Amino acid sequence: MTQLALVIDLNVCVGCHACVTSCKEWNTSGPAGFMSDENPYSKDPTGTFFNRVQTYEVGNFPNTETVHFPKSCLHCEEPPCVPVCPTGASYKRKEDGIVLVDYDKCIGCRYCSWACPYGAREIDEEQQVMKKCTLCVDRIYDESLPESERKPACVLACPTSARLFGDVHNPDSEVSVAIREEGGYPLLPEWGTMPSNHYLPRRKTRLHIHEDELMRVDNPLKKEERGHSEPVDAPTLDDSTSW
Amino acid sequence: MHPAFSVIFLTTLIGVGQGLFLALFTGQSYAAVELLPSQDSASFYGIGGAIAMVFLVGGLIASFFHLGHPERAWRAAAMWRTSWLSREVIALPMVMGLVIIYTVMHYFDLDTILFTTKTGARLHVTTVIGGLGTLATFALFICTAMIYAAIKFLQEWSSPLTVINYLLLGTASGFTLATAFASQTAPELMNFYGIWAIIITAGALFTRGWSLIRNARLKAKSTIQTAIGIRHQNIQQKAMGMMGGAVNTRDFFHHTSAPFMKTIKYGFIVLTFIVPVLLLWQGIQSNDGLVLAAAFVVQYVGLIAERWFFFAQANHPQNLYYQTT
Repeated sequence: MTQLALVIDLNVCVGCHACVTSCKEWNTSGPAGFMSDENPYSKDPTGTFFNRVQTYEVGNFPNTETVHFPKSCLHCEEPPCVPVCPTGASYKRKEDGIVLVDYDKCIGCRYCSWACPYGAREIDEEQQVMKKCTLCVDRIYDESLPESERKPACVLACPTSARLFGDVHNPDSEVSVAIREEGGYPLLPEWGTMPSNHYLPRRKTRLHIHEDELMRVDNPLKKEERGHSEPVDAPTLDDSTSW
Repeated sequence: MHPAFSVIFLTTLIGVGQGLFLALFTGQSYAAVELLPSQDSASFYGIGGAIAMVFLVGGLIASFFHLGHPERAWRAAAMWRTSWLSREVIALPMVMGLVIIYTVMHYFDLDTILFTTKTGARLHVTTVIGGLGTLATFALFICTAMIYAAIKFLQEWSSPLTVINYLLLGTASGFTLATAFASQTAPELMNFYGIWAIIITAGALFTRGWSLIRNARLKAKSTIQTAIGIRHQNIQQKAMGMMGGAVNTRDFFHHTSAPFMKTIKYGFIVLTFIVPVLLLWQGIQSNDGLVLAAAFVVQYVGLIAERWFFFAQANHPQNLYYQTT
């Protein structure tokens, strides 16, 4: 069984919001209709987005670190938003595990957004239907695109390759290897939603150098010094032995 | 959560309607076994049923204001296997249908005796309809409350107390209304309904108080650490990904101050429980319909505050991702 998902590397995300804008651009121009904005160029702009990049400061001053944190639908393996939908508009696709909303069936009751602990669902306040990340389902299977472009818009836009896309059920896929070998973790694991999207933690590259590695013990240049290191007036072999 | 008045009116209005119907049918059941004097079909059960219908229809109308696409509301019955909301969408018309049949049969005196037992007890058609209506009413209370209680990460709601409170608060308001109604149409039932209204209101005070204490002691399972997966005690959000707000900052926060919340909390305790019990007692002592009507109005206003607080108190884990609102 396939479960498509994103793996987001917090170690390299620079918080540039390229994934946010490319997501909005692709999906607002897509066959499913536009994503509404209100007051886009005036006070209190607001609108529908599938993906947001948030910023957190971790640590106590001055030892703080800025963490940029992209957040979109995690396409849970046990999505709590799906069974609560009264119309069946929210569903999880069997073939690839993508959680989708049928905009023609959605009655806009918002119950699924209450049932999502991640706040990944946003109602389109103009069209009054629930919207969320589709993993660019209209793009990843589009055979008119070159194969290298059959990825979600956010993944293609990321300048630092912080976003990986693939099948997390295939143990040899790029995403599975990354999760397994780079310490990928799910968000809010305490609710048993089994999110498919994973995050890779900050990883520090540290050099472990011992003093004896800095000072070479058998350095031939220091051979002379070593000879003189013993005190001059110490007894020699000649003093203690009658040959 | 942001309290939506459509849902506040939906849940409180159908609660009154269901409670009033339960009160009417309780009266009829007691009368059937001659524990209470039987009442005139049309003027008591007929008019009473019609009043219950007014509240149920009011609740139904309020519910449509919560929907983005009310014209598609019929679709909401589809997923009854998994969704409590869908089950409510089925249970509400069932209750309404049975209450309509019950009301019409009483009002137009269409009631007939199904059979008479050897001891002389008679089973009326309306008793069967009323019994089915009672089952449907209880099912509707459970469905309505389970919509909230079933979301396990909304820890304030995820408790059997939610179901008990919806059941008791709805029934209490219905019995209070029945007391005021009986004072005008069936004075000999006023004491019966009044005492039950006081008992159920006191019971609701106990269970609602219990849930308030439970919620005050809750320890949130989710923290900012589990939300973003970084182990550090000091994590501050600096940006939410937007500046002008989003649905996430509007739908999930009540945006009121702690003193205001506290006022609503003590306000609803006084208005839903204490004042109505005093007015009910005073009303049935002095046989004053106006005082009993005031008891119902005060209790209903209290229930609106109670429901507002119920929604506002629930702290959604998604709020962890939106801390700079």
